[in-house]
Amino acid sequence: MLKTRIIGVVLIKEGLVVQSIGFARYLPVGSPTIAIEYLNRWGIDEIVLLDMTATTSNRPPQDRNLKEHCKFCHVPLAVGGGIRTIDDMSALIRGGADKVVINSTFPDNPSIVSKGAEKFGDQCIIVSIDARKIDGKYMAFTHSGAKTTGKTVVETAKLAEENGAGEVFLNSIDNDGMKTGFDLELAEAVRAAVDIPIIICGGAGIPSHFAQAAATGVSGVAAANFFHYTEHSVITAKTHIVDTVGNVRLDTYAEYTPSQIGDDGRLLKLPDNVLESLRFEYIPEEVI
Amino acid sequence: MLTIIIDYGMGNITSVAMALDFLGVPYIVSSDSRKIHQGDGYILPGVGAFPAAMENLRSLDLLAPLTEEVVAKGKPFLGICLGLQLLAKDSTEKGFSGGFGWLDAHVTQIDAAKGLRVPHVGWNNVTPSESTVLFRGLTGELNFYFDHSYKMDCLEDVVAGECEYGGAITAAIEKNNIMATQFHPEKSQRNGLKLLRNFLNYVESSTERQ
Repeated sequence: MLKTRIIGVVLIKEGLVVQSIGFARYLPVGSPTIAIEYLNRWGIDEIVLLDMTATTSNRPPQDRNLKEHCKFCHVPLAVGGGIRTIDDMSALIRGGADKVVINSTFPDNPSIVSKGAEKFGDQCIIVSIDARKIDGKYMAFTHSGAKTTGKTVVETAKLAEENGAGEVFLNSIDNDGMKTGFDLELAEAVRAAVDIPIIICGGAGIPSHFAQAAATGVSGVAAANFFHYTEHSVITAKTHIVDTVGNVRLDTYAEYTPSQIGDDGRLLKLPDNVLESLRFEYIPEEVI
Repeated sequence: MLTIIIDYGMGNITSVAMALDFLGVPYIVSSDSRKIHQGDGYILPGVGAFPAAMENLRSLDLLAPLTEEVVAKGKPFLGICLGLQLLAKDSTEKGFSGGFGWLDAHVTQIDAAKGLRVPHVGWNNVTPSESTVLFRGLTGELNFYFDHSYKMDCLEDVVAGECEYGGAITAAIEKNNIMATQFHPEKSQRNGLKLLRNFLNYVESSTERQ
C-alpha cells in the first residue's frame, strides 16, 4: 500500500538553512549538508530543498553546491528556487536532484511545466503554490510571498495539472512558522479540485498535526522548522502517526514505540526500570 | 570489476553515482558508445519521458553496443525506473514509441480510475518473487520509493517483484542477467542500497566467472 510521505523542507537563504516565520522573518539554522544528512538518517521519506534567494536576487539555481548537499541523501530530493528554463532543470537533475520545484516562473510561463514534463516526464515536476487567505479566498503568491498572481490557489493548481505537473506543493503563508497545525481547509480545497498528488506544508508544531494532515488523504505532509529543532523529530512524528492514523513508512534504527507523546508534542519519560534495561543495549550499525 | 552508469542526458546520474560512492565500488559515468565494452556491468538510470530517452540513446549511438554487451554477451544490467520501461517493446507515453525490445513487454499508463492519483509517487511495499538476485537477504516490510505514471505489462516469468496500486504493478524484473526496478533503489534508503549491493555482488561474481 502506498504510504503517506513525511517530507522535510530545507529552506536556504544565502547558503544557510533558515527557519521561516510567515515568509517575513528568518532565523539561521545551519549547514544544508548536515540538515540533509540528519533528515536522511532519521528516515524522512523525501526532502524538498528550496533556495529562496535565487528568484529574488534574479540568478539561476545554484547547482554547484548541490552535489555537496546531497552526498548523504539516499531519499528523493526535490530542488527548487530560481528555475526558469529547461536548462536550469537539466542542470539540477544532473547535479543531484530527482525532481524539480517550480514556483515563481509558473504563473507567467505555465508552458515551462509542459516543456519540462515532455523531457523529464510528468512525475519529475512539482508546482509549488504559496497560499495566503484574503477575504476568505486562497490566493496564489510568488517570489517568497511578495508578489500576488491575482489567481486563486485552486485555479493555479488546475493550471499546473493541465500542463502536466506531477504534484502540487501547497505552502500556507498564514500558517508558516506558527506551529498551530496545517491549513487542512486549503489542502482539502485543492485535493478535491485536482487528481494529481498533493503535498501540504506550513504550520507543523507537534506530531499530532502530521496525523491530522495525513488523515485528510493528502499524499505528502511537509515541514521545515519542526524537523530541525528536535533530535529524532522524524522518527517521533512518524511513530505518532503509526499509532493514530497509520500508513507511513517507519524504517529506522531508533525506536519510539509506543510513542508516548504528551499533548505538547514532547516525548514522555519512560519508567525507570525500562531505562535501566535500555542502558546496556548495544545495537551495532548495519553495514550494507 | 567496473560498472558503467549510462549517461544519456536525462537521468538522475548524480543520485545513482552517490549511492555507488556510498557502497564503495568502482564505476564510471559515460555517454561514450566506444567505452561501453569496457564495463562488467551496467546501470541505466532514468528520470525522463520515454520518447525523449529513446531519441537521446539513439543519437548517442548507445543502444547497439549496449545490446551487444548485455543481450549477446550476457553482462549484468540494471535498469532503474524509466530504465526498466525502456526494455519493453513499446510505450504509449506521449504518443507511441518503440523501446529496446529486450523483453516481451509493453508500457502503458497507470489507470487513473478508482480515485487513484497518478503519478504513483511515494513509498510502497514490494512483494518479491521467490529466489531473486535483487531481493536476496532483504527481510521485513520492503518499502521502496516509486515515482512513475506508466507501468510495464510483461510476462509473469520475468517478474521479480510486484507492488499494489489499483492492481498489481511490476516493481522489478529479472531475466537472467537483465534486471530492472520500477522504483528507485538509489533513493530507497537502506533497502535500496542493499538491493544495489546485491546487483553489484552479482556483477562481481559474473566478472570472476569470465
